[in-house]
Amino acid sequence: MRVALFITCLNDTLFPQAGRAAVAVLERLGLQVEFPLEQTCCGQMHFNTGYAREAIPLVRRFADAFADAEVIVSPSASCVGMVRDAYPALARRSGDAGLVREVEEIVGRVLELCELLIDHVGVEDVGARFPHRVVYHPTCHSLRALALGDRPLRLLRAVGGIDLVTMPDADRCCGFGGTFAVKNADVSVAMLADKLRAVLDTGAEVVTAADSSCLMQIGGGLTRQRTGVRTMHLAEILAADGARA
Amino acid sequence: MSPEQPFPVAARAALSDSQLRHNLAHATGSIRAKRAAAVAELDDWEQLRAAGAALKERVLRHLGEHLLELEASVTRAGGVVHWARDAEECNRTVAELALDHGADEVVKVKSLTTEEIELNGGLARHGIRAVETDLAQLIIQLSDDRPSHVLVPAIHRNRTQIRDLFRERLDEAPADLSDDPEQLVAVARAHLRRLFLRARFGVSGANFAVAETGTVCVVESEGNGRMCTTLPDVLVTVMGIEKVIPEWRDLEVFLALLPRSSTAERMNPYTSLWTGVTAGDGPREFHLVLLDNGRSTVLADELGRQALRCIRCSACLNVCPVYERTGGHAYGSVYPGPIGAILAPQLTGLRQHRSLPFASSLCGACYEVCPVKIDIPSVLVHLRDRVVHAEQRPGVRAALDPERLAMRGLARVFASRRAYEAAQRAGRLGQGPFVSDGAIRRGPGPVGAWTGARDLPAVAPRSFREWWRSTRG
Repeated sequence: MRVALFITCLNDTLFPQAGRAAVAVLERLGLQVEFPLEQTCCGQMHFNTGYAREAIPLVRRFADAFADAEVIVSPSASCVGMVRDAYPALARRSGDAGLVREVEEIVGRVLELCELLIDHVGVEDVGARFPHRVVYHPTCHSLRALALGDRPLRLLRAVGGIDLVTMPDADRCCGFGGTFAVKNADVSVAMLADKLRAVLDTGAEVVTAADSSCLMQIGGGLTRQRTGVRTMHLAEILAADGARA
Repeated sequence: MSPEQPFPVAARAALSDSQLRHNLAHATGSIRAKRAAAVAELDDWEQLRAAGAALKERVLRHLGEHLLELEASVTRAGGVVHWARDAEECNRTVAELALDHGADEVVKVKSLTTEEIELNGGLARHGIRAVETDLAQLIIQLSDDRPSHVLVPAIHRNRTQIRDLFRERLDEAPADLSDDPEQLVAVARAHLRRLFLRARFGVSGANFAVAETGTVCVVESEGNGRMCTTLPDVLVTVMGIEKVIPEWRDLEVFLALLPRSSTAERMNPYTSLWTGVTAGDGPREFHLVLLDNGRSTVLADELGRQALRCIRCSACLNVCPVYERTGGHAYGSVYPGPIGAILAPQLTGLRQHRSLPFASSLCGACYEVCPVKIDIPSVLVHLRDRVVHAEQRPGVRAALDPERLAMRGLARVFASRRAYEAAQRAGRLGQGPFVSDGAIRRGPGPVGAWTGARDLPAVAPRSFREWWRSTRG
């Protein structure tokens, strides 16, 4: 299977290790990974902040960059959710019938990493080894926009040596919410405080999730408070071979 | 009610109130768990939601016809229907009716709609005293407070605070009153019975009104509402025009959706239904005031109008992580929480509540529980777009708005691979003075809003695409 990696601007710029890990996992499973260099940003931040008009050229850009891809895979639940939920309406809003058709055609081929692994490759044990105590945070978009269900947990449970623990109220938002984290910084931090308490109570060494953006929020709090707990993208755990990550 | 402060400012004060935080976390946490259990009992919950949404959508598409049918049915049953364009017209209508009957005191069933139009204040200007009879609403009234929740207006108060209030304000409260709920309720009951027995004029809202039969429906837990709708000689019901439902059998859907969503009950304790007037039973006169107050404007917005499906269950408030931490007052509207954030700005015009559509992390918990499937996150995003683009302040200030400049600038960066890659390199260089141990701990300008309490990862020494090119290119 040939897959085109939709890295997302956040991973590309701030969390390249998540992208490298996704490539490692996919190649280990025998998939052929491509990376269309013309991709930039999916426009989620613009769209969610009220700048839909400014997001439309980015929809067009995405459709062009991935036009030739058979399967498009991304290590970001929220960016996949953006393409799936918002692109069709944005394309219609552009008034460009060609773009409407292209988007219609492309949306079904965009998959989040766990969806690709479980539903299409048909694998749960990806051959990883990670002997650490890990807690999984189901991000709002992986939970509600994509309905990933227990797919991430099935992948994590199959990781060798892992001590996977659960946190109370796992489905509560971490407070990121894109520009919400800055426009309503105080409320965002209040939400984060409760998430950090839930994480710390588990005694986990590592928090993982299917979205670097939420991990940026959780990790930003964890390091600021010198908790010693670190964040890793799900792909990084799936790529781990047991050596100190 | 007009917002005194933008949401982020009002929220800051609420976040520091540890008593409020504790009361809200406890109250919303327990109702969340109960609702989930009550809903899980029904195998066809999703079908019920779909039916509720479809019924309400149909009502909104043919609202005019249903309202005319309702008017005809109520009139046929001996009631009188009044139409009110806005709050002022509505308040005047109710006041004139009360004055016509020589009433200087009216007993009220808890009603959000009459809160929306500030009916109590409107009546007071005519020398008429409105008495709230819902226990929580009475608590709010006695303390000159504002409701902070759609269903549980005094959710921000605990029983010790209520004990102190009763001791101070109610003659019926003994000096040694404890904060035992039974004792508190007994005091309220003694106080309210006195008012019910002398009441001549009652005012209610409506949960539903059936166009086919002219029947008005109020659901409640305490029975105080039923006192108000049956004991006085005259009953006036104020209802928003979106509360009409076409047929009697539609109640089957809504009376299953509403109690489970709001109080996590299979059925609420009191469901009052009345049709016009009946000789020898209940009020001798019944008036129904149909209130627009911005609703027909909301109807014109194709995406936004789904907010008018709302049946005021408050499930979205109870699951909202923002509401849970700020409470209702920060929203500056009778309609707080996620539904308030999409309803209030649409009812009043965006200018008055322009910060509310942004008071959400878009986590989607509200949409998941909404019994009539209002896609609140999508409407929030839609209203943000309207705030940013359509109803902006014109002129130089808008053009120089730092957020707008930043968003437009970023859009240009993302529009070209070359600009994007250059920006990555520039960010790496520019961040230099702010980075220590791979993170920005105190950022400049808007970055400071993030780094006030959180570290920000620095731009990576080598972006993913640089790694890709160097290893695969």
